[in-house]
Amino acid sequence: MAKRIEVKDLDIYYDKFLAVQGVSMTIQPRSVTALIGPSGCGKSTFLRTLNRMHELVPNARVEGSVVMDDDDLYGPNVDPVNVRRQIGMVFQRANPFPTMSIYDNVAAGLKLNNKRLKKSDMDGLVERSLKSANLWEEVKDRLHKPGSGLSGGQQQRLCIARAIAVQPEVLLMDEPCSALDPISTQAIEDLMLELKENYTIVIVTHNMQQAARVSDTTGFFNLQGVGKPGELVEIDETTKIFSTPSQKATEDYISGRFG
Amino acid sequence: MASTTEAPPRKNRVPRRPGDRIFAGVSTGSGVLILVALAGVAVFLVTEAWPALTASAEEIPGGEGLVLYIWPLLFGTLISAVLALVIAVPLAVAIALFITHYAPRSIARALGYIIDLLAAVPSIIFGLWGMNVLAPITVDPASWLSEHLGWIPFFAGPPSSTGRTMFVAILVLAVMVLPIITAVVREAFMQTPQLHQEAALAIGATRWEMIRMAALPFGRSSIIGASMLGLGRALGETMAVAMVLSASGGVSLNLISSDNPPTIAANIALQFPESSGIAINTLIASGLVLFAITLAVNMIARAVINRRKDFDGAN
Repeated sequence: MAKRIEVKDLDIYYDKFLAVQGVSMTIQPRSVTALIGPSGCGKSTFLRTLNRMHELVPNARVEGSVVMDDDDLYGPNVDPVNVRRQIGMVFQRANPFPTMSIYDNVAAGLKLNNKRLKKSDMDGLVERSLKSANLWEEVKDRLHKPGSGLSGGQQQRLCIARAIAVQPEVLLMDEPCSALDPISTQAIEDLMLELKENYTIVIVTHNMQQAARVSDTTGFFNLQGVGKPGELVEIDETTKIFSTPSQKATEDYISGRFG
Repeated sequence: MASTTEAPPRKNRVPRRPGDRIFAGVSTGSGVLILVALAGVAVFLVTEAWPALTASAEEIPGGEGLVLYIWPLLFGTLISAVLALVIAVPLAVAIALFITHYAPRSIARALGYIIDLLAAVPSIIFGLWGMNVLAPITVDPASWLSEHLGWIPFFAGPPSSTGRTMFVAILVLAVMVLPIITAVVREAFMQTPQLHQEAALAIGATRWEMIRMAALPFGRSSIIGASMLGLGRALGETMAVAMVLSASGGVSLNLISSDNPPTIAANIALQFPESSGIAINTLIASGLVLFAITLAVNMIARAVINRRKDFDGAN
């Protein structure tokens, strides 16, 4: 588990519109990489290219390469479905399946991968996933109640449990705490620090304190200008980005000065 | 003990604006009007059916009593409507899924228009089409069915030579209920939250698996509701069935012979002009049965939809 991702000269297009240009970065295994930057600069778009979710938008495409260990994620015979089974994702708004129970939500991905999993094995995997997501104690007595009955923070941890149940190599998180209160946010942040022992984590966040608290590496995205594509300004160790960034734009952004 | 004079509780009434009052009145009135109309229909059916309900067996047309008169009609009505749904619902769900999840946008739009257009075709046109086009071309397949699949009660035969069979009536009904079911189900699938579709795809679901995890459960109650709408139309459909079906038989599962049970609505339409006296009351009594069944169908549908509300997409 936990693989390295190499991104090289990645351009992301929506039809003819170039949204993000020339991104190159190395995402280290067993670490948290945070992506920060103003709204609309393409960090979420970039995140979604890592598991090929951006392809859901008609005519979206990329140029350049994304390689996980030795597998080219955009190789000619690569099925995006298989990519997504290795690279899980957690979204901005918690999205447990409303028609499924807590148990079935966690088991959903497992059922896709192994059709013939024994009930006892399934129970074990669901329990382990919920424990990894620090949710087990809160839900163990109501596993067969609907997941939509949980609080927002619990729902988000349920989504994390669902994502890690299939044991992905990488976990992508797209502003996972932006709809949560501080206590739930703290719970998710603690969880990220535990999960990075086993997973490669990439998180997009608008909260710079959060990036500083949880990440090992931070990348700063910005627009090249009005109406121009977004770009990766710099990426470095989080402590360095937040103390002595090498680019002025980064320093302006993290210190709250613009323009 | 000092007695204190308590001030009477002040009524804190918010003055209501005339616009609010008028609108509340109009909408309440509309709601009541529906109930009044329904009650009026029920009263009419019961009073007009009463002479037949209380008549002795010999007076009822056929001379065997009301129950034996209505039972084949009821059977014909139910079997035609239910089998029409069995054909139409899977087809409608498949079409709705194709339009919402598979088809390119331009094709989806065109197909949507065509389906809606189908809903606007008057039932007499479907009757003519069933009688003159569909019935003759089913004659050969029907004889093949009775020869090779005759052990299935539905295809026991002997096949009708005109093709105006229950089988054709079912097909015509299926085509007629298809558009309304498709339209309702398509609407539901279109509203499947992007959030849940992405959730399914992000754990590595294929498109079909995504549909099964997100779209179908989300649309489930709409599928049931749409089916019931379709069932209501199929139960009550009069003209097309009256034209297509050569009704001369009694209760039979055999769909392809020339002895078919009539349906309640078609039977009323065919018999009413030539009836008088107690025969009319008997026909209205059969109408009362249809009314009761339609009501029951809708109530069951409601119960089914409500049963798993906790898990519904709406919360």
